[in-house]
Amino acid sequence: MLNYILRRIFQAIICIVGISVIVFLLAHLSGDPALLMASPDAKPEDIEALRVLLGLKKPLHVQFWLFISKAAQGDFGTSIRWGKPCLEVWLMRFPNTLLLGGAAMAFTLIIGIPTGIFSAVKAGGWFDNFGKAFALAGQSMPVFWVGLMLMLLFSVILRWLPTSGMGSWQHLLMPAFTLGWYFTAAITRLSRSAMLDILDSEYIKMARIKGVPEILVILKHGFRNAMIPVVTMAALNIVTLLNGTVITETVFNWPGIGRLIVDSIFARDYPMVQTCVLVSSALFIFTNLFVDILYVYIDPRIKYQ
Amino acid sequence: MTMISNDNILEVHDLKTYFYTSRGVVKAVDGVSFALKKGETLGLVGESGCGKSITCFSVIRLVPRPAGRIVAGRVLLEGEDLMTKSDKEMNRIRGRRITMILQDPMMSLNPLFTIGEQIAEPIRIHQKLGKLEVWEKVKEMLRLVHIPSPEVRMREYPHQMSGGMRQRISGAMTLSCQPAILIADEPTTALDVTIQAQFLSLLKEIQQQANLSMIVVTHDFGIVARICDRVAVMYAGKIVESAATRELFNNPVHPYTIALLNSLPRMEVKVDRLYSIEGQPPELHALPPGCSFSARCPQVKEGCLKDYPPQKEITQGHFANCWLQS
Amino acid sequence: MLNFQPVSEAGETDQVLKRFRWIKMRRVIRGTSWTPVAILVLFLICGVFGNYIEPHDPMKTNLSAAKSPPFWQKGGSTKYFLGTDGFGRDILSRIIRGAGISLQVGFAVVVFAGALGGMIALLSGYLGGWVDAVLMRITDMFLSMPYLMIAIALTAVLGPSKHNIIIIMAILGWAGYARVLRGEVLRIKGSDFIKLAIVARAGKVRIMLRHIFPNIVNTLVVLATLQLGIVIIMESSLSFLGLGVPPPEPAWGSMVADGRVMMFSAWWVSTWPGIGILLVVLSCNLLGDWLRLRLDPKFRQL
Repeated sequence: MLNYILRRIFQAIICIVGISVIVFLLAHLSGDPALLMASPDAKPEDIEALRVLLGLKKPLHVQFWLFISKAAQGDFGTSIRWGKPCLEVWLMRFPNTLLLGGAAMAFTLIIGIPTGIFSAVKAGGWFDNFGKAFALAGQSMPVFWVGLMLMLLFSVILRWLPTSGMGSWQHLLMPAFTLGWYFTAAITRLSRSAMLDILDSEYIKMARIKGVPEILVILKHGFRNAMIPVVTMAALNIVTLLNGTVITETVFNWPGIGRLIVDSIFARDYPMVQTCVLVSSALFIFTNLFVDILYVYIDPRIKYQ
Repeated sequence: MTMISNDNILEVHDLKTYFYTSRGVVKAVDGVSFALKKGETLGLVGESGCGKSITCFSVIRLVPRPAGRIVAGRVLLEGEDLMTKSDKEMNRIRGRRITMILQDPMMSLNPLFTIGEQIAEPIRIHQKLGKLEVWEKVKEMLRLVHIPSPEVRMREYPHQMSGGMRQRISGAMTLSCQPAILIADEPTTALDVTIQAQFLSLLKEIQQQANLSMIVVTHDFGIVARICDRVAVMYAGKIVESAATRELFNNPVHPYTIALLNSLPRMEVKVDRLYSIEGQPPELHALPPGCSFSARCPQVKEGCLKDYPPQKEITQGHFANCWLQS
Repeated sequence: MLNFQPVSEAGETDQVLKRFRWIKMRRVIRGTSWTPVAILVLFLICGVFGNYIEPHDPMKTNLSAAKSPPFWQKGGSTKYFLGTDGFGRDILSRIIRGAGISLQVGFAVVVFAGALGGMIALLSGYLGGWVDAVLMRITDMFLSMPYLMIAIALTAVLGPSKHNIIIIMAILGWAGYARVLRGEVLRIKGSDFIKLAIVARAGKVRIMLRHIFPNIVNTLVVLATLQLGIVIIMESSLSFLGLGVPPPEPAWGSMVADGRVMMFSAWWVSTWPGIGILLVVLSCNLLGDWLRLRLDPKFRQL
């Protein structure tokens, strides 16, 4: 068990290092970082001064070391666009993404679980078939298009919801639903198959034999057992939601870290881009690590894989 | 076996349960009729897949839908036809007047609830008792099935029990409302040999105490010999022979019954090879015309392939469906 | 990239299986479910022969006809069948051309990632030892990276272009193939006919190429088909953000992005390209699922 945990931690660290290297090289990859970061009308001396300031004169590995050590202390440089320390900007926007992610998760569970269970109970019926077709189609649609189509329906045609921005709960609805789109399909499928498995078991038959009314059989005996794998999977996959924030936040103009990275890219704010990628990746990797380790306690068979 | 008499607690008339699959209509139960007297134990014997379990589930109307459907038949429980009851009424009958225990004790109990909770459930549904009375009843049931220290066991979970104990708890669960009929579907198949005898004795004991009528589904003639008063032999969805136990053992008439009894290894007789019935049971969705056993019958005649043989009374209470008896 | 599950239990493979697989292939083709194939072929034709079938030049602007609606709405005409965008370019023609782009990128990525992943799987699975350990560590590292974020960052720096995103997506995508195919290689490695080949002193490369590889092709094909859909969605996402195939090429993602600002006035500009993506990816998924069932019924749920 300990072996597995250590291995995973080691993996995570290697990953972070790898990403740091990539991030560090980002600026260097496309040529002279000083040129990138200087304003378009800077004079050659200014650019030279910028080079010295950024320590670009030093050998590459020294630069990398400086980069890493500063990052470890929380200094990711200053954002060109915002004029504030990069980390501060990131931390300012992070709660917005958390809010969106939480709402998305709530949507996923509220919609996905009952749909899956109902599909299982009426397996083969029209709801089930419709659900399967819908899930398949849903998985084949890109998230940004889903978001836009929702906007088309609810903002343009029906005028029920605002198109973008953050503010009231109405602003939260569409982005949260969009963010949770793929995940909802996965949860529905999992709930359905878990429920089908459970409904086949002997103790469900026993409950019916005892004369328990069908609703109670499904809810009391079936549901509780089926939820174990579903909730586990939901927890494990919280992080995949993070991946989708880039697109969703861009579509709905939601001020979170997903949109931050896109904005920074177009603003050529490379320190910010570096920060976003590194911090978000680290968050992603460590959350995965944490969940993996936690899962070992829930299901000790994992470590043998 | 259509004896409509007053001391029959259960009468099944021409029960038919079909499954509608992509390969065709599977006639799992194809015209089964039998009667169960009060206090009697009826054994239902046959190979795997002959329809014995489905028959029992059909009696209490728990056929897996949508593929399965009870297409015909009457099931008279103390005179009332269960086929005409609504779902709600059936829920009240199941667990209270007629009940069942299943083959696999490991999976029969819900792993998330305590033993006490699971035994209390039918009591709460079918009887109006106060909280404390319910728990008293639970303890009483646990004592009935010889589970020691019931107060402690009540709070434990199924995974903390052994197989034998779980099967007994299944019994406690289903008998708590004093049903008139208990159906046991291969109750000892999943138990250790040493526990099997114990469990059978327990069943007999409870039966005597409560004047319980039982249907025991099994493929084991040993169990039949031990606890059954009457036996019905099933093949391919139909009952081919039925008689009092002793009569069947002494005087089997249907070739299938004879073959089954012959394949039991006997202590006194030394054989080089165990007798086994040639061939395979027929595919239930593609039954040949005539007698379903004709393909494997050592005494098959030409007439056997044309029509299904009608029921004949061989001696008093001994019935068989075979052309050899005409 | 989605996390692949390793393929399930060991079965027995045989030298004969190699030939048997081709027989199965013929049966497969005869009993194919044609709808997804038909749709894919349709789009393939658009992709390859787009230049000849498109009604207008997708790049030609015509400001006087800008934002005309599809032909069934008021103001539309059959000349611009599905309407025009903000610059008066015919949407239908752009969709046809865009099909080519999506499929080009998709196939390229799938081929490269699949080849790379397959090669690594072969080496890693067959050679074992420290080669396996190192390669697997690297694979795991790539698998646990936040795909989209890195893709965006890399594209941003390297500049959006068709070549760049193909390379980037292939580099980020091979790991999924490697993990699954390695499992297959390990399974086959233990078969008797491989042991026979070793006894016959066949060289390692020969064994890998002539004996193991043909037996993992099935899985590779299924994976590739399913991945094609995923890559197309990825590419369109990148294009949507402006980091994919750059304008004026009519990548479907960029077309959707173009239409975003005119949702209230010209809903069709964003809608049609999305439907295009939906159809292609849906067909890939259906085809992939169907292939999975026919070619390898023991394949677990991806």
